[in-house]
Amino acid sequence: MTGPVLEGRDIKRDYHVPGGLFGKARTVHAVKGVSFKVDKGKTLAIVGESGCGKSTLARIITLIDAATAGELLIDGNKVDIARDGLTPELRRKVQIVFQNPYGSLNPRQKIGDVLGEPLLINTAIPAAERRDLAMQMLKKVGLEEKHYNRYPHMFSGGQRQRIAIARALMLRPSLLVLDEPVSALDLSVQAQVLNLLADLQDEFELTYVFISHDLSVVRYIADEVMVMYFGEAVEYGPRDTVFGNPQHAYTKTLLAATPRADVESIRARIARKRAA
Amino acid sequence: MPLLTVRNLTVSFDTLTGPFLAVKGIDLSIEEREVLAIVGESGSGKSVSMLAVMGLLPPTATVSADEMSFNGTDLLALDAAARRRIVGKDIAMIFQEPMASLNPCFTVGFQIEEVLRVHLGLDRAQRRARAIELLTLVGIPEPAERLGSYPHQMSGGQCQRVMIAIAIACKPKLLIADEPTTALDVTIQKQILDLLMRLQAENGMGLIMITHNMGVVAETADRVIVQYKGRKVEEADVLSLFEAPKSAYTRALLSALPENAVGDRLPTISDFMLKEAAAETLR
Repeated sequence: MTGPVLEGRDIKRDYHVPGGLFGKARTVHAVKGVSFKVDKGKTLAIVGESGCGKSTLARIITLIDAATAGELLIDGNKVDIARDGLTPELRRKVQIVFQNPYGSLNPRQKIGDVLGEPLLINTAIPAAERRDLAMQMLKKVGLEEKHYNRYPHMFSGGQRQRIAIARALMLRPSLLVLDEPVSALDLSVQAQVLNLLADLQDEFELTYVFISHDLSVVRYIADEVMVMYFGEAVEYGPRDTVFGNPQHAYTKTLLAATPRADVESIRARIARKRAA
Repeated sequence: MPLLTVRNLTVSFDTLTGPFLAVKGIDLSIEEREVLAIVGESGSGKSVSMLAVMGLLPPTATVSADEMSFNGTDLLALDAAARRRIVGKDIAMIFQEPMASLNPCFTVGFQIEEVLRVHLGLDRAQRRARAIELLTLVGIPEPAERLGSYPHQMSGGQCQRVMIAIAIACKPKLLIADEPTTALDVTIQKQILDLLMRLQAENGMGLIMITHNMGVVAETADRVIVQYKGRKVEEADVLSLFEAPKSAYTRALLSALPENAVGDRLPTISDFMLKEAAAETLR
């Protein structure tokens, strides 16, 4: 197959806030015309601060929300969920992992059922086979068979994020949207989850859209980087270009704000403090 | 004399399956004007040990220590009322979730003035003047108008600034910041860290930063304590810690930073500890 797995052309999304007793109706332009392209097996990182529209864009790519204007192409085919609705085939292609693993799992659902549910809804696979597939996936993300009948509260944050990743992979999607998947995790657990994502990408030839505000993680995982600011893509290019030679003032601010943990910077800081 | 001295601090929680030791004999001390960082992953007991110093743990917790003295006062010997006079005034704390630690039912002005009323006994006009002064100090625009705002009307970064204003309202000698920037964006994180460092230098406070972010440690601390599973595994000044970490755990923590990645895989703590253990048996 040739061509990009995912392509967006001038995608816009407006939200209409209805007027009420206390205010007039207004329109929020959450995403103001963004274009991008991701090839198979590659990772596009979308970076920006809260409110810049990156999660709105994630919802559009995941086919949860429809874009107000612009074209979204998945595997080269135009997708318009506002007009055609969402088919099971499309849902099978695109899946999402949310930021907060504590909020994205139903506390009263056993892990086995969590993993079986996408198959139950979107396919006609019989129960016994669903169970086998869930077991396989459980092991694939580094958990064990004994975890099948447990509830989400019995797992740590990192394990829950593994479960959320496993659930997203149950339908064997080609595109996985990761909305701040490691922001809520500790450094050591973050490393484990990032390694798992890299392994899974190799094994299933997954395409990732990775949303984050942590530039050190983005630098590690991304092939291409898009920086968003107030709904616009202010910078878009290969990772090394964006990090090595940032053009937009906002990208430079972001890079400057990221804490540095190398010995030279610490030495410089201590010297500045002594001088003051 | 150190500002705060803690020797052999142990905290255990009563659970259904028996007592659980969260902190297992921690020693720490901090001087005036010093910035001490406590690093560790969740469950390493870093927050619990500081909550023990503040006396904010629930009744199920048992705190014991050989010594816990602040500025010459033995904190363990004080009754609850006497302790409350110190906590919030001379020792203040900032918590991780600014949105959750402010009371949503009261204006931020009320919440700042409450501290001033309880600890300093200022009258209404003085309280208001001081509250405006504090909001200006932490960099909130239009402070007089913002006093009437509720927490939900402010952004996460602004709420954290209000938390800092409350914490420094009585000019504390020691400020404990528990993951003050974890919930915030990088650009806001930088602003909050700069603010904390400026206030620390101006007021000559001791500052304890609890964090799991090695970048934050590198940007702020003078001295660092690394905790793992309720024990202190290393204590060093910030430069030696990053230059020549002594314990295996610290080395693992530093190598798990994405910016230190060599090759395709990030070394995880468990990989690292296994490798260290294997090397140990070979020796």
